[in-house]
Amino acid sequence: MTTTDTHTDLTTDVANPTVSTEVRLALYRQVVRIRRFEERAYKLFMQGLVKGTSHLSLGMEAVAAGFAVAQRADDYTFCTYRGHAHTLARGTPMPGVMGELLGRATGVCGGKGGSMHLTSAEHGVMGSYAIIGAHLVIANGAAWSSKERNSGQVTVCFFGDGATNIGAFHEALNFAKIWELPIVFVCENNLWMEYTSIHDVTAVEHPAADRAAAYGLDSIIVDGNDPEAVYDVARRAVDRARAGAGPSLVEAKTYRHGGHSRADPGDYRPQEEVDTWLARDPMPNYRQRLVDLGVEESALVAIEDDAMTDVDAATEDAKAAPAPDSQAAFTNVWADGGYSWRNS
Amino acid sequence: MAEQLITYREAIARGIAQEMRRDDSVYLIGEDVAAAGGVFKGTKGLLDEFGPSRVRDTPISEEAILGAAMGAAMTGLKPIAEIMFSDFLATCWDLVAVEIPKTRYMTDGQFTVPLVIRTANGAGLRFGAQHSQAVENWAMMIPGLKVVAPSNPKDLIGLMAAAVRDPDPVIFFESKQLYPTKGLVPDGEIVDELGTAAVLREGTDVTIVALANMVPKAVEAAEVLAQRGISAELIDLRCLVPLDTATVLASVKKTSRLVTVEENPRLCGWGAEVVSIVAEEAIWHIDGPLTRVTTPHLPLPSADNLEDAVLPSVQRIVDACVKAVH
Repeated sequence: MTTTDTHTDLTTDVANPTVSTEVRLALYRQVVRIRRFEERAYKLFMQGLVKGTSHLSLGMEAVAAGFAVAQRADDYTFCTYRGHAHTLARGTPMPGVMGELLGRATGVCGGKGGSMHLTSAEHGVMGSYAIIGAHLVIANGAAWSSKERNSGQVTVCFFGDGATNIGAFHEALNFAKIWELPIVFVCENNLWMEYTSIHDVTAVEHPAADRAAAYGLDSIIVDGNDPEAVYDVARRAVDRARAGAGPSLVEAKTYRHGGHSRADPGDYRPQEEVDTWLARDPMPNYRQRLVDLGVEESALVAIEDDAMTDVDAATEDAKAAPAPDSQAAFTNVWADGGYSWRNS
Repeated sequence: MAEQLITYREAIARGIAQEMRRDDSVYLIGEDVAAAGGVFKGTKGLLDEFGPSRVRDTPISEEAILGAAMGAAMTGLKPIAEIMFSDFLATCWDLVAVEIPKTRYMTDGQFTVPLVIRTANGAGLRFGAQHSQAVENWAMMIPGLKVVAPSNPKDLIGLMAAAVRDPDPVIFFESKQLYPTKGLVPDGEIVDELGTAAVLREGTDVTIVALANMVPKAVEAAEVLAQRGISAELIDLRCLVPLDTATVLASVKKTSRLVTVEENPRLCGWGAEVVSIVAEEAIWHIDGPLTRVTTPHLPLPSADNLEDAVLPSVQRIVDACVKAVH
């Protein structure tokens, strides 16, 4: 695969002529829906309606959007505890996601998962894993299975920059390559490993891409704030995997507008850095590019209105939904539906 | 029906082969399981019969092994993954304790994880503290894992079949001390049931509950006790989860005395759980101290006499039973 190193030029303004208007609108729709959902989730958290903790991807929407649009409906997605975006992008209905955040019976996991553990098997969302980096090895298993079953499914596995320093990252990449698995590993490098700069704790500049060669993989860096650039890389990596040419590792450079979790204001970050990245906000920038490319503004407004309508409806649905039956706490440890560990 | 005398080691390959022939979705992966036939030769011949896709060597990457097994189990395969020594479960503990067992619950049943983790467990081969621990207690305390530990070749095959066919994740502890031991195994397919203990010997004076490589020692102890006029009932638990409490409770209600025999370090062993269940639910039937025979709470040494000094012995089991009875 061609290396796409846009590290020195993160603001791509040359539109890719191979991307259709239909795809462009699909990308914009994803970005807007995720943005509006995440803004609402934050508001609901501050109102005490979302419990526990939550990790938003405000500013990082283009990565989820670009890959989801490039994936086939039956492909697999593994994501992290910062997984609202990826879960929605694969088509999981918004009321189920919002219901799970609010701990309602209508939630995708019936209230047993919460913000950090969204899953929708029906939409190929194979789980949101809250132990940093743990899921890279699990994603390999889904890719192995699809290869053995000749199903043509591709697995896309998202993780943060912080995950690149755990052992499972290295075990997973080596394993995926020697078994030539149909998988794409996507590092969402938002520059901050929780509250610490990834550069302060990592021996190389690009935590994923600079290590790719160690596992026989190409070094691929993409502007993670540009939905089209992500889509372009995603399409090639996914196609390559589907064709039996093995795994890829993509490092998408992006930035979270807020802090690590919950009410963290992220004020440990230099203001200049924050300002630089806010200026690269994927939503207004991509909108402007679409207008410059001649997309009708009315089509964009319709997408924006639809997103807001869906978020409002999902919020009302979740607020009105009942709490799970307390008996549900005792179900589904075992495949028989129960939790008994003894026979008398 | 015809029977064959085979080793515990040979029973592993036979049990796995039985299930791989029956079900194309059963795969075996692990370090040295294919061409080498396993470091304990438990998987000898499987590569020849089933080929390199279904019997596959992995790097020394325990997290990658169990991760692959888990992801595959979520998506249609039924992997049997070997972790060479049970001590090494500690290197992939996130998968064992957090990812594999909790997935069904956290997703409210959207995914189930039908896999088997095979591993060589326990002491007796002078390997020292990092290759000799009995760690079945680690697994027993995690909600969502089934825990199996057979004591003989026939049970090994039948319980392997049950484990592979079970829709939930199973950890299958093979006792490395038992690999060369032999037992009679009937011809044909053998399928057992998880969560069923076996009463190996009926008795009236004391119930001995043992597991895996403690079972042959308990058998010897029961014979010594018989010579001394003490009638011991011997239960081979075979599984820790599900736990066959019905068989244990019925036995102690008959004998009024209980001795558990486990290889684990003293604290928090499964024997403590069995004792506590009996104390809570059958105390009015008990006439003597509920007694546990365990390894002392220490790591395992390597030299012959040192390792022998800390492992439960026939004599210690006999002494515990005598104490319980008198």
